[in-house]
Amino acid sequence: MSHVVDRHGAWLVSLLMVVGCMILPAIGFAADSTAAGPTEYRDIPYIGSRNLIWIVAQLHLLLAGFVLGVPIFAWLCEIIAWKGGEQRYDKLAKEFTKLLTSAYATTALFGGILLFLLIVFYPKLMNYLTDIFFPSFLLYCLLFLFETATLYLYWYGWDAMQEGGKKTLHIFLGFLLNFFAIFIMIVPNAWATFQSSPVVISEGTAIERAWAATWNPTWWPINIHRLIANVVLGGYICGAYAGVRYLAAKTAADREHYDWMGYVGNFIGVFGLLALPFAGYWLMREIYQYNQQMGITLMGGFLSWLFIIQAMLIGVLFLGSNYYFWLGITYRIPGSENQYRKPILWMLISLLLCLAVWMTPHSLVASIEEAQKMGGAHHPLLGVLGVMSAKMTVSNLMILITFMSFVMYWRAGKQDTAPWARLAKAVMGAILALASIAVIILGVWGYFVPAIVRINYFSTSQVAIVIFVILTITPLTALLLKSAKTTTDMVWGRMPPRAGYALVLNAVMVILLMALMGYARSSSRVHWHIYGVMRDTSPYAYSPALGSASLIMVFCTFFFCLLVAFIFWVATMGDKAKGVQGTVKQDLPHGIPAMAGGGPERGEG
Amino acid sequence: MERALIRPIVIMGAMYAFLKFVLPNIPGSAEIPASLIILYLLLTLSGIIIFETLSAESKEAFWGPLQRFLTGDNIGRLQPLRYGILVLFPVLVGWQTYHATVPSDRPPAENRVIHPAPPGEYTGLANPVPKTPENIMQGKGFYAAFCSPCHGANFDGKGPAARGYNPPPANFADPTTIAMLQESYLFWRIKKGGVGLPIEGMPWKSAMPRWELELPDEWIWKIIMGEYDGAHQAPRTWE
Repeated sequence: MSHVVDRHGAWLVSLLMVVGCMILPAIGFAADSTAAGPTEYRDIPYIGSRNLIWIVAQLHLLLAGFVLGVPIFAWLCEIIAWKGGEQRYDKLAKEFTKLLTSAYATTALFGGILLFLLIVFYPKLMNYLTDIFFPSFLLYCLLFLFETATLYLYWYGWDAMQEGGKKTLHIFLGFLLNFFAIFIMIVPNAWATFQSSPVVISEGTAIERAWAATWNPTWWPINIHRLIANVVLGGYICGAYAGVRYLAAKTAADREHYDWMGYVGNFIGVFGLLALPFAGYWLMREIYQYNQQMGITLMGGFLSWLFIIQAMLIGVLFLGSNYYFWLGITYRIPGSENQYRKPILWMLISLLLCLAVWMTPHSLVASIEEAQKMGGAHHPLLGVLGVMSAKMTVSNLMILITFMSFVMYWRAGKQDTAPWARLAKAVMGAILALASIAVIILGVWGYFVPAIVRINYFSTSQVAIVIFVILTITPLTALLLKSAKTTTDMVWGRMPPRAGYALVLNAVMVILLMALMGYARSSSRVHWHIYGVMRDTSPYAYSPALGSASLIMVFCTFFFCLLVAFIFWVATMGDKAKGVQGTVKQDLPHGIPAMAGGGPERGEG
Repeated sequence: MERALIRPIVIMGAMYAFLKFVLPNIPGSAEIPASLIILYLLLTLSGIIIFETLSAESKEAFWGPLQRFLTGDNIGRLQPLRYGILVLFPVLVGWQTYHATVPSDRPPAENRVIHPAPPGEYTGLANPVPKTPENIMQGKGFYAAFCSPCHGANFDGKGPAARGYNPPPANFADPTTIAMLQESYLFWRIKKGGVGLPIEGMPWKSAMPRWELELPDEWIWKIIMGEYDGAHQAPRTWE
């Protein structure tokens, strides 16, 4: 066994040395751009300082999203196990918390690299930001100390804090972990959003200036958007991990476990995804209101094509998540295929229609002849689908459909026994139908009212209607199922391989989406480091062509997937070693948590 | 061929026929660009694949014959067809590659940014002219004199000179044009015209005159009020 570990260690050290050797000359090439006066910029050959910063910042953000999303995910699972008594949730929570220590270190490593690179390449900008934000820099250091200490206590205390009051303390530690994590997210969010929507006051103490700069117009919209996105990222990465392990599982027990884990990951990802478009809409509204130029650059200008790509990626995500639910119905609940085939078909058709609307651009890509036949770049009939009223309507409908997919999955294999079941189902059907009609009416009406009425009242009403549906149908269904009779038991571990691939695809889509929208948000500042305050005077004060930008996004996605795979591999190395060492642990009763550092792998072949 | 295979082919064919021949002939519609047809067909194909692979049985019915055909597993008389596809596929790829790379005198597809972002100095502007019936009426008068030859007396982009321009003048009555924009945006566009479009708006295809050379700012603001009123639209505001 030690031979295996030694071999891994040697391989790792060699890899690090090779990477180090490759990076060193590049740093040596770093050159001052000006000879006299304070240095404003530095650059490196080949890759360029901006691209390097872009890649490192994006990777840091993705890792941070993972590191902040997983504790939420793990803590929720731990609470479910604590309250419901289902120990497999505790095991799942532990399995993911185990990843946190290595993931946390990797995130901090990339954060450190980013900071050094920023100081090296953009000293003028960093001087300015430091001057404004130094009180929050200090707070950030303090938060890191608290977060690190809490994480160590949470992870290493897992087994020691399993019973009685100690478990409550452990749950509280999980809360603290997430509490500090949220602050670790929102403090640097202030630095990033300040660059887009700066609030600068010349008078007052350092803390007053920092606070004014922190509370800028896009700070809270970004905080909420990123918080939800992190949950989505954490859920889908958990799903992808489970998908890969499921595809590689060699025993029935492993297949069951990873099938179930995939379901939980997909569920949490979808749960967050339902709320994400609302948060995104709010963020865009704030940006547009803050500055018309920035809003148009994003939504109507050269970055607007990114939103068509975004629609495609979100479309794949919605289709992938629903597909996974539907596969779950047909494979995990034997005999239910014929019963649900027709509703699934209608849901699929509705989803595709919504997607077709979402993906239809306002200005179409057309040849000269095609444009002449259309009478311009807008199609006379389909052009109306290209604006926000249509997009907002279909995104709400897609959320409703996905929610109903989940409800259908939840109800599958069960027979209602409550005497009021018929009435409840009629009420739920009516709520759903009326809500869908109301969302569509508001969407169509939105074309005939001033923009501010649509944005402030119609769009928010559409969101409120969808939330109302979710908040009424969920408890009604739960009440119905409380007395329902299970006709067909759910069988885990029977999903086809394509279910595993769907989970992996979903995770890749989320990562790509984050890379895409990260670029959009950053590029909307155009040639400003700090919008309207500090101009970018470097040779890189231009927006790259979308094709070039997409190459960097794809590279970031690929590299992040590699990093996550590496983190998973490192974190599970100990398990494999223990699995090989002896079979004694396999005799442990199902559900008993493993020792810190490794879980009892069942029948790892 | 089995039914499970014929159905997708029929659906794809029907969808193509609908997009190519039915939708363009609906009154008020026009031919749909190839880029959009491909997008909708891809969505249809995704839907077919998703639905046909929902269960083991449907997947086998859909994919089984294809797999057997491609692997030549007991396909009998279809074997020559299989070899035909083996030959046809690279030929199709070659044909497509040839057409994508051969020099052509056809202009490339357009990817023009219709609404480039305005310069910073125009973003915070509010209409300084009071919104009175007299000013609106005066604005409509200026519009009739300077704008309607192209943008039309009905604000629908169908003025007598409109047919001479490509791209055509904007249709203000369409709720997806000026209703999406703030007044300051229109002020910038009218003032600077086609020649004042930023790099982002390449290839600067707009015959819009640079009206700042001929009209005072006050007139431009009044024209904007007249335009919105005449087209029955309201500008984007935040209050």
